[in-house]
Amino acid sequence: MSDQGFEATAAIACTVNGEPVRATVPVRQSLVDWLRHGLGLTGSHVGCEHGVCGACTVVVDGRTMRGCLLLAAQADGAVIETIEGATASGRVEALQEAFHARAALQCGFCTPGMVLTAAELLADEPSPDRPRIREALSGNYCRCTGYHAIVDAVADAAAHAVRER
Amino acid sequence: MTDKGIGARVARTEDKRFITGHGRYTDDIKVTGEHFAVFVRSPLAHARIKSVDTAAAKASPGVVGVLTGAEVAADGIGGLICGWMVKSKDGSDMKVGPHPILAHEKVRYVGDHVAVVVAKTYGEARDAAELVEVEYDELPPVVDLKAAREGASIHDGIERNTVYEWELGDKAATEAAFSDAAHVTTIEITNNRLVPNAMEPRAAIGVYDRTTEHFTLYTTSQNPHVARLVISAFVGLAPEHKLRVVAPDVGGGFGSKIFIYAEECVCLWASKKLGVPVKWVAERTESFLADAHGRDHVTKASLAMDADGNFLGLKVHTTANMGAYLSTFASSIPTYLYATLLAGQYKTPAIYCEVDALYTTTAPVDAYRGAGRPEATYLLETLVEEAARETGRDPAQLRRLNFIKPDQFPYQTPVALVYDTGNYEAHLDAALELADYQGFAARKAAAAERGKLRGIGFSCYIEACGIAPSQVVGSLGAGVGLWEAGKVRFSVTGKLQVFTGSHSHGQGHETTFAQVMASTLGVPFEDIEVVHGDTQETPMGMGTYGSRSLAVGGSALVKAAEKVIAKGKKIAAHLLEASEGDIDFADGKFTVRGTDRAKSIGEVVFAAYVPHNYPADLEPGMEETAFYDPANFTYPSGTYICEVEIDPDTGVVRIEKFTAVDDFGKVVNPMIVEGQVHGGLVQGIGQALFEQTLYDPQSGQLLTGSYMDYTMPRADDVPSFDVATTETVCTHNPLGVKGCGEAGAIGSPPALMNAIADAIGTRISMPATPEKVWQAIQSTKSAIAAE
Repeated sequence: MSDQGFEATAAIACTVNGEPVRATVPVRQSLVDWLRHGLGLTGSHVGCEHGVCGACTVVVDGRTMRGCLLLAAQADGAVIETIEGATASGRVEALQEAFHARAALQCGFCTPGMVLTAAELLADEPSPDRPRIREALSGNYCRCTGYHAIVDAVADAAAHAVRER
Repeated sequence: MTDKGIGARVARTEDKRFITGHGRYTDDIKVTGEHFAVFVRSPLAHARIKSVDTAAAKASPGVVGVLTGAEVAADGIGGLICGWMVKSKDGSDMKVGPHPILAHEKVRYVGDHVAVVVAKTYGEARDAAELVEVEYDELPPVVDLKAAREGASIHDGIERNTVYEWELGDKAATEAAFSDAAHVTTIEITNNRLVPNAMEPRAAIGVYDRTTEHFTLYTTSQNPHVARLVISAFVGLAPEHKLRVVAPDVGGGFGSKIFIYAEECVCLWASKKLGVPVKWVAERTESFLADAHGRDHVTKASLAMDADGNFLGLKVHTTANMGAYLSTFASSIPTYLYATLLAGQYKTPAIYCEVDALYTTTAPVDAYRGAGRPEATYLLETLVEEAARETGRDPAQLRRLNFIKPDQFPYQTPVALVYDTGNYEAHLDAALELADYQGFAARKAAAAERGKLRGIGFSCYIEACGIAPSQVVGSLGAGVGLWEAGKVRFSVTGKLQVFTGSHSHGQGHETTFAQVMASTLGVPFEDIEVVHGDTQETPMGMGTYGSRSLAVGGSALVKAAEKVIAKGKKIAAHLLEASEGDIDFADGKFTVRGTDRAKSIGEVVFAAYVPHNYPADLEPGMEETAFYDPANFTYPSGTYICEVEIDPDTGVVRIEKFTAVDDFGKVVNPMIVEGQVHGGLVQGIGQALFEQTLYDPQSGQLLTGSYMDYTMPRADDVPSFDVATTETVCTHNPLGVKGCGEAGAIGSPPALMNAIADAIGTRISMPATPEKVWQAIQSTKSAIAAE
């Protein structure tokens, strides 16, 4: 949704996908709405606005967060990475390749959040077993795939990373 | 010619934009000058609108307009329609209450659209929406389906809140079958109401151009052409040739985005009335309140058997909840997509089904993944399993005994359908093997050692897909034809664009259809682009639902490709100085039969666009369109076996093993098909274990209006699956395909519920929450103690 208008605003300065950004944001605007509509970074999606579905997952100061549960105003001073930034840096390339190879996505709406969440898991635990993968992804809803192919893809990416090491 | 043709596990073309966050969904589209709509919705289930005061809202900052039902009526805007006429037993037409795009005089469910506020920003629209003052005269809600006939009248002039009282089958023959029965099994069963919950909420942008008088609607639709047709022909907002409907990337549908809803119509209407583009994006709670829901049946059914276990007759009475208004296809779901499937895979000779459809003050109910067929399968496969247990028969063997045998096809069922082909024992045997049915007793004993209850359950489902022969559905009351269109356009350089009237919102058409074209025309997969979702670009088509896209839409593309080949033969004959009848086409080459003289399809296409040396009486160019109207439904079938383990102390159900063997006919992309099965299975598991839509019976308030109240399956709630396919080839479409999109959701609930019943020794209703399971275990225990 859009911003601006006759309402209370806050000035913020933060880093988004490696670039410094200064902006004036409505104090009631969520972080994900600002990223999507203020900055045009539409790769983060809004699925439920109450922190349950995980489609809005972004990385804030190195950890995945719900973009719908943070206000844009809270991002002042933060370092934010969205799927666009993670893609550009190549950080999630192995996971993206694994998702593609395994058809671990259908409509694609949950996919950016899934990829960022899975990347955090693999960064913390390079060789998770399948139950652990399922547990780590359990904060992200997917209504299309039944999770089976996603779990396969994350397991494949983990195995690939371990082989590469 | 290609390793990416029919049958190959090709990774999906569409993936790259989605995995990188570059999908383009409706809310990602920014239209210059866009304004934002927020709907004022009814907080009451049933009330007369006394007054709507919009003055304060209109004066609120940023607001460009506040529109109400009174203005819809004043502008002479038509209402939303139900496109399928179902007649009652007495021959009377179904009773249809008006469904205005903004409620006028009355609201009929919590979430009904009363007014819309349009403002420069979303925040301003939201603020102003709270300033709209609506005065209501409250009326009694009608929530309990069993008592709906006695409730307050929801639509003036429609008695007893009854839409229709319909029947199918031979009542007398069925009664006679029951009088001869050695055993009758009777069940009462509820099919729980679900909210489809595609992850992308519905959204719409209406854009009106005053200078060209042209409308554009961007919307989350599974069938943009149908949306255009309904909006122009019935709602009357724009003439069809001046209305472009674009369904860009759509984040899942599962049926819920088939329908033509009030919100998109209002955006379009308001864009003209207010002179600004109008955008609306649903919040999740709005999805819960106002997306069409699914299922919601209450049924009593009896199965008659002879002493040997042969099915003699099936008697079904179903009450179906239609909600407050008849949604786009609502009337057909509990009738022609439900009762016609009650034969299942069995040669039951006599079937009689009555369906009473009732209005209630709840959200409209329409197709949700499977649409009628899950309800039929849940009913039938529960009944068969109960019959097996009551008579001490092995549930697999009882099914096998009653299967229609491979040599009995084509098979006329007693409920209107003619199954073209199938081999039910093949998938039953494959599933028994894959599930290690032999080893179940040992696993059950081992579980008992650990203090766990282990159970196994079956489901042998059938569905009718590829909806449908237009004449057949027309004779049954459908307001449209259900053919599909495909267009094949070569460019001068031999690259191929194909245009389909169906729509992909997760199904992978951009890949599957390209594979079909690669095999049919011998063009490299990489040289093919599939275009869908924009009425300006694609030929008129009926869209994607009912697992019809490949069987009907793919067949249309094959027919168009065949026209290309026929024309290509004329050109090749000319270039090769041979007779047209001597030209063969295979692997992208036109060859003079019995020689090595050949022209590639690229050379032939080039000649068609640069016709310097060309048949005198032939049109230049290479672009062909075909409309394909199927000769019959397709009939996918399968056997699902679920094995659960239950902790009697907590009632938690764990799925230990889930085996799904499906016969989808020819499979184009096995990886995509497996994904469709997995996704369907989990939606079915969601219905069986977690999901339930509840309205408070007193107030009519939706109690499950967010993800905090409505449980969807998460990654750690479900297992990985053992899936396989068997194959009998569809006899009447050129690809031999049947469709795979809904099978998982159709077949899985009964397999899982039968497994739970097997484990705990009693049957409970869906969803099988831990509390319900635990209570059932306790009551079974006390019953045993009392004996």
